[in-house]
Amino acid sequence: MSPSLPASSPAEKLTLAMVATGLLALLLALADADPGRQQTWLYLALGLVSIGTLTWSWLRFGRHPAGVQQNNLWQRASTGRGSVAWVTGLVLTGFYVVLYWYSSDDGQGNFGPLNNLVHGLDSFSRWLRARPADQWFLYGTFYTLAILLMGTRALWKYRHSRYQLIRTGSVMFFQLGFAFIIPALLQFFQQPEFYFSYFWPLKYDYLFPGTAAALVHNGGLGVFMVFWGAVMSLLATPVLTYFYGKRWYCSWVCGCGGLAETAGDPYRQLADKSRAAWRWEVRIIYPVLGLIVAITAVLWVNFALNSSLLGEVGSGAAKWYGFAIGAVFSGVIGVGFYPILGPRVWCRFGCPMAAYLGLLQKHFSRFRISTNGGQCISCGNCSNVCEMGIDVKQYAQRGEPIIRASCVGCGMCSTACPRGVVNLENGPREGRYQASPLIHADSLRILS
Amino acid sequence: MHLLIIGNGITGVTCALAVRKQLPEARITLVSAESAHHFSRPALMYVYMGHLRPQDLKPYEDWFWDKNRLGLVHATATALNPTENLLTLDNGTTLAYDQLLLATGSESKRHGWPGQHLAGVQGLYGLPDLEAMTRDTRGISRGVVVGGGLIGVELAEMLHSRGIEPLVLVRDAHYWGSVLPSAEANLVDRQFAENRVPVRYRTELREILGDAQGRVRAVVTTTGEEIACQWVGLATGVTPNIALARRAGIETDCGILVDEYLRTNVPNVYAAGDCAQHRQPGAGEVAIEQLWYTGRMQGETVAQTICGQSTAYRRGIWFNSAKFFNLEYQTYGQAPAAPTAGLESFYWEHPTGRAALRVYFRAGAPHAVVGFNALGLRLRQAQCEQWIRQQAPVATVMSHLGAANFDPEFFPQHEKAMVAAFNRQFPQHQVVLRQRKGLFSLLRK
Repeated sequence: MSPSLPASSPAEKLTLAMVATGLLALLLALADADPGRQQTWLYLALGLVSIGTLTWSWLRFGRHPAGVQQNNLWQRASTGRGSVAWVTGLVLTGFYVVLYWYSSDDGQGNFGPLNNLVHGLDSFSRWLRARPADQWFLYGTFYTLAILLMGTRALWKYRHSRYQLIRTGSVMFFQLGFAFIIPALLQFFQQPEFYFSYFWPLKYDYLFPGTAAALVHNGGLGVFMVFWGAVMSLLATPVLTYFYGKRWYCSWVCGCGGLAETAGDPYRQLADKSRAAWRWEVRIIYPVLGLIVAITAVLWVNFALNSSLLGEVGSGAAKWYGFAIGAVFSGVIGVGFYPILGPRVWCRFGCPMAAYLGLLQKHFSRFRISTNGGQCISCGNCSNVCEMGIDVKQYAQRGEPIIRASCVGCGMCSTACPRGVVNLENGPREGRYQASPLIHADSLRILS
Repeated sequence: MHLLIIGNGITGVTCALAVRKQLPEARITLVSAESAHHFSRPALMYVYMGHLRPQDLKPYEDWFWDKNRLGLVHATATALNPTENLLTLDNGTTLAYDQLLLATGSESKRHGWPGQHLAGVQGLYGLPDLEAMTRDTRGISRGVVVGGGLIGVELAEMLHSRGIEPLVLVRDAHYWGSVLPSAEANLVDRQFAENRVPVRYRTELREILGDAQGRVRAVVTTTGEEIACQWVGLATGVTPNIALARRAGIETDCGILVDEYLRTNVPNVYAAGDCAQHRQPGAGEVAIEQLWYTGRMQGETVAQTICGQSTAYRRGIWFNSAKFFNLEYQTYGQAPAAPTAGLESFYWEHPTGRAALRVYFRAGAPHAVVGFNALGLRLRQAQCEQWIRQQAPVATVMSHLGAANFDPEFFPQHEKAMVAAFNRQFPQHQVVLRQRKGLFSLLRK
């Protein structure tokens, strides 16, 4: 039996009503046949949702004393897998299905069910990119807005932790600058659309010979893009991961991670912490990495040999990979199931970049999460907030450092720990796995 | 060998795991009346507050027990026959043992207040208390918490999380007067104030008043004030749970009496954790230790003796931690609340009142450091212990303070301000900060 939840203040209800009205306006934009009004509805919707979310975040988190604010998390229908969560999940999943498979331009500028929304952004897109909007511009706009709005919520919520403030600022910056404005400006200047914050093997086609050839063909900037992609994937990734762990990317730069850390923050506790889930993680994520490495290799061998058989196999596999992994896994399941499975399903079970970074983090890195002696009380708050489903307390209660391939270094375990037990640190590799030497009754080791 | 452990709390479970490690063949059985599986007692509050679900309280997944061949029996031990090595359970079964560990924990203290058995009056110790609190605080507007210790502030925070107004009665002139110096207690008081929790200091409970249905309706304090409320939380400490031991004729006082090897007066029967009372506690130590950490250490220690390597219980360098609303607290070594002969202390407080550090050291040269209090700061336990064990002079500790900094990255570092304050308070030691935070500088010293 759960106790009754404290009532939301009238002001909070008002801001939530604002968000709801905004979503209603979005439906009106979808339904209205008049192009002028479509745009009005759309901007009204975005305005209401934005102001509503920002004000609600301030009322909900900003007015209370700074500190861990997790009250009633598991008891709310929105964050505890209740009815609101299921509805949210269905809407998100439906949006992705429509976006991926029913929103392509039919050749006459018609983008399927989302058509009105796409055209509602035409003038903004012309201003920013010197071309009309398409379904991906709509998606990019929504995605960036979600990171900025929910990022601001996270800034209010975690304002007692400078690590969380700076990290949240970082994902907001990289999304807005590197994944939204710069690609749009490139298009404005008739350059290839390129995302400097996504690398192979996550952005798998960036190291495909076809992509490289097309970019190189484009001239100086294209050559730089190929160079950037190769250097970031093959050189910068190992070096940065050596010094800082995979967090330099997964929870500071990456757009998928950025969405998970901001829009997905209310759902981070939903990640399954069981050993069984960990086993599935290992069974799935490394084969995905193997698959994309193999596909990339086949495409390059074909490029070198110019063999038609390999070319067909390679491009066929790439196409299939794009559908199954790129669309279904990372989009529909990865984001659609946020309110049910937690926000890092894709990062944890599917992302080949995370797998690659994880191997580096586990075996060639200075990063670890230290445990502070014997102070752990096994309360489980650290495990609870781990969006990657790591059962952090298993390590903390043994006094062991946490060194896991999947850890994205978001730092929430450290933020949530009520006893100051866990801390993200970069230190010498020597003794990295050493457990706390000093938790004992004199000469005894506890739980050694 | 069959080791039977009564109680599946941290003490019993730690002992079971330590024995399993040393004796792979031993049969080990844990009996618990409270729960089928071990759970984290200090985390109860987080379930009430909705941070966690009940199943999240378990430190180990359910498969863990079978895998380690630890038998779990969810039943109440009703009678112990130490002459025949037999334990009777309320489900009718009888268990024979070779060695027995009593790790029966505590129960909340009730001081015989009038009205203490009214509905809606309770302590917070175990799962039944959590259930009762969940049930009895539904839809109420005010709860009174009696006690200015760790559980008192937890109860206040729990009520606060549900939008129920807590009111706290504290016997001493400041919060946790037996443990915290008043400067530190003032920071806790700021937390109460910031969260709008009224506290009545120098005030105790006199009586609890009930309504016609036998439910609490108000309390009367020793200052004569009548405070309307619908729930009362008693957080005035716990007392060892010794009923079973006493019925079995094992020697008890407040707790089950044990020697330094945690042996009772009956052969092959041990007691450890909250329920045990040391016949001869170490100098400056208490006879009954009722903490998660000491429970764990006693469980670990008694396991050695049970496995045949008689090991005396030595608490080691003291440590403890807590959190008061948003204020974390850690303490290491000797950190008395009141001025103590032969000891001096250096105290620094951040202007915001959200962080403080106190370093205790001997008044005589070389001014060896003996303890720390940290509020709103995280200290590295290994480093603090090392300083205390090595009797490092306070000047050395202050100049290497960064080595003990366990705050997350990018957090403001206060060592400079602390050293400056130290030099002002103790001009005879002019200290220069030599060591900054971080694992690399830890090696470089």
